[in-house]
Amino acid sequence: MTLVTDAPAEVGAVQAYTATLIIRRFDPDVDAEPYWQDFDVEVYSTDRVLDALHKIKWEQDGSLTFRRSCAHGICGSDAMRINGKNRLACKTLIKDLDISKPIYVEAIKGLPLEKDLIVDMEPFFESYRSINPFLMATSKPEKGKERVQSVVARERFDDTTKCILCAACTSSCPVFWTDGQYFGPAAIVNAHRFIFDDRDEGAQVRLDILNDKEGVWRCRTTFNCSEACPRGIQVTQAIAEVKQAILRGKP
Amino acid sequence: MTTIEAPRTPAAKPQRRRGINWEKWGWMYMRASGVVLVVLIFGHLFVNLVAGEGVKAIDFAFVAGKLADPFWVVWDTLLLWLALIHGANGMRTLVNDYATNPTVRRILLGAILASTVVLLTLGTLVIYTFDPCPAGQPADLLPSFCPVNQ
Repeated sequence: MTLVTDAPAEVGAVQAYTATLIIRRFDPDVDAEPYWQDFDVEVYSTDRVLDALHKIKWEQDGSLTFRRSCAHGICGSDAMRINGKNRLACKTLIKDLDISKPIYVEAIKGLPLEKDLIVDMEPFFESYRSINPFLMATSKPEKGKERVQSVVARERFDDTTKCILCAACTSSCPVFWTDGQYFGPAAIVNAHRFIFDDRDEGAQVRLDILNDKEGVWRCRTTFNCSEACPRGIQVTQAIAEVKQAILRGKP
Repeated sequence: MTTIEAPRTPAAKPQRRRGINWEKWGWMYMRASGVVLVVLIFGHLFVNLVAGEGVKAIDFAFVAGKLADPFWVVWDTLLLWLALIHGANGMRTLVNDYATNPTVRRILLGAILASTVVLLTLGTLVIYTFDPCPAGQPADLLPSFCPVNQ
């Protein structure tokens, strides 16, 4: 590889094109129903959908409302439905989408729509809280020491520690769309993270909670959640492991 | 003595329902019966449509001959019960998913239960009270073991 010092002119050589975004707008103060509105934006091939949304908000229509915080795929604020798939706007490059067609952007489904791309996340966090997403341990670690865990034991639940609570999985689940009582994939993923942690002693409590009518048995293994997860968590597999743990009666 | 609630205690703890966990057993039934049904259904299709003379072989005598054999009686009984309950449970799941109105839901679930019970009763009656040699029928339509053909 040769070192190239990019002159400012060459930066401009990054491909630029006009993309059309069709955004599902809704202002509860004015609109009775959501409607689709299209915007043409000049974007670069290095831009993400979030950059296009920023351009619209900053240069065309300041009333466009959406959540974003870190803008780098960690905070989990900007999950939205992009071309019918749940994605993080800050991790979706526009060049990876089909630019010859308009890009459809709408709020995630299954949660109450508040404004434009913002939904009420409370039901989602409610079910997250109800699975006790914290370490439950009665034993005290040795004085001045931490709880020791082997590499193998840590590996057991490594995948589910990656969750950023963006709700992309839960709001892609057809069972959650029709049955708001269902815990949803994200809550089960976070239960999995503690159920299979050998430092935790609350596995039985969580398994009991998820053995409920609205618990893991609602899952139909549609794999929408695994496909939607921006962190690549094997969500459906995690749910299946929790099901097996319930049948076994222990993790 | 009054105690202060621990911080962030959820307002309402999910109540554990007592008794049999139907969702769990329903889920397990679907898995177990599904595996058995794969064998039963493809065995049934093969014997009826492919083996021997193929689909041409099916007539009253063929069916009567099968239902006179205890092996096929057990096979068909298993097929009937496992498949019907498997299907009914699947429909129950669909209703639970999509029927949000409690009255509509109760009516649909009741209809599924009633039709399942009726079909299971009729099917079981046919399998066990079937007469392979009805009196007064032409001999060439009856299985070879009937008295008229002896």
